[in-house]
Amino acid sequence: MNAPTDYLLQLADTALVLAQRNAEWCGHGPVLEEDLAMANISLDLIGQARYLYQYAAAGLGGDASEDRLAYFRDANEYRCLTLVELPNHGPRSGGAACAPDYATTIVRNFLHAALMALLWAELQHSSDTQLAAIAARSVKEARYHLRHCGDWLLRFGDGTAESHARAQAALDHLWPYTQEFWTPSPAELAACAHAGAPHPASLHAAWDNRVDAAIAAATLQRPPNCGFLCRGKFGQHSEHLSYLLAEMQVVARAHPDAVW
Amino acid sequence: MSTPALKDWPLWEVFVRSKQGLEHKHCGSLHAADAAQALRLARDVYTRRQEGVSIWVVPSAAITASNPDDKAELFDPAADKIYRHPSFYDLPDDLGNM
Repeated sequence: MNAPTDYLLQLADTALVLAQRNAEWCGHGPVLEEDLAMANISLDLIGQARYLYQYAAAGLGGDASEDRLAYFRDANEYRCLTLVELPNHGPRSGGAACAPDYATTIVRNFLHAALMALLWAELQHSSDTQLAAIAARSVKEARYHLRHCGDWLLRFGDGTAESHARAQAALDHLWPYTQEFWTPSPAELAACAHAGAPHPASLHAAWDNRVDAAIAAATLQRPPNCGFLCRGKFGQHSEHLSYLLAEMQVVARAHPDAVW
Repeated sequence: MSTPALKDWPLWEVFVRSKQGLEHKHCGSLHAADAAQALRLARDVYTRRQEGVSIWVVPSAAITASNPDDKAELFDPAADKIYRHPSFYDLPDDLGNM
């Protein structure tokens, strides 16, 4: 049986929003080589989102299309993880000006890629053959993203006092948002019951092993788990997502159905 | 783009072997902190359009290059030795292209 549309949108929205965040570095990366590498990761994620949106749109029928799903839904209709919508810097109030911080970007991508490398590997065995095919191509990309960000995490954590402090601060800031990974949404429960998708909690132990090993190697401290639970998967987002969507969607909404 | 790290990062020469290619060919250079990072960045800079299936990186400082000022004595003497080219043999027709 096929995965529910909400499940596809959850995966697609998470990939697209993270791609948009990472793309903010395009032309502003710390060095040219890394600028290209981060842009490549964004393009991988946009590619994943496109396959998922196209598949979801085919299931929805009518005038649904990948562009309509990406550009004409508002923040409360997005199902992305809260982690991926946060800005590329530490906690600040509202619109306070703040320089972007590469450690925040790297730690966020690392925590996310560690999840996706596990999730895509499991989804290759989904009874939804289309989703399984998307997973088979995406798992290779996720493993590379994990390698890329894991390498930087090690260099930042085990680097200078400044880079260590920034990596630890990013880890402390972002860690609470990973709790959302393990709390299933209705779409995840339905995909688990009917499409052979893994229950989110079943990936927790393997994720812990992988992340703990990388954190320890980088001489960083694993933050304690706390009671905070965000609910991006349920459409309840931080204040940051609507600003991100406004920037991403403005051209498509100003010129609907424009073509190149 | 601010690039203070480039002052500290050594330069690496990148060689890529294409799918059909038998040898690694020089395709450019990049800055990286060490060999492992150079290899990873080379993947993102030089193989993003399916250029290759294998990458070598070599510290640029490890390359010993000929001096451009020596060009005349090193290379010009070969210019009139056309008999060194294997172009004076009659090949049988059924040998095809060599």
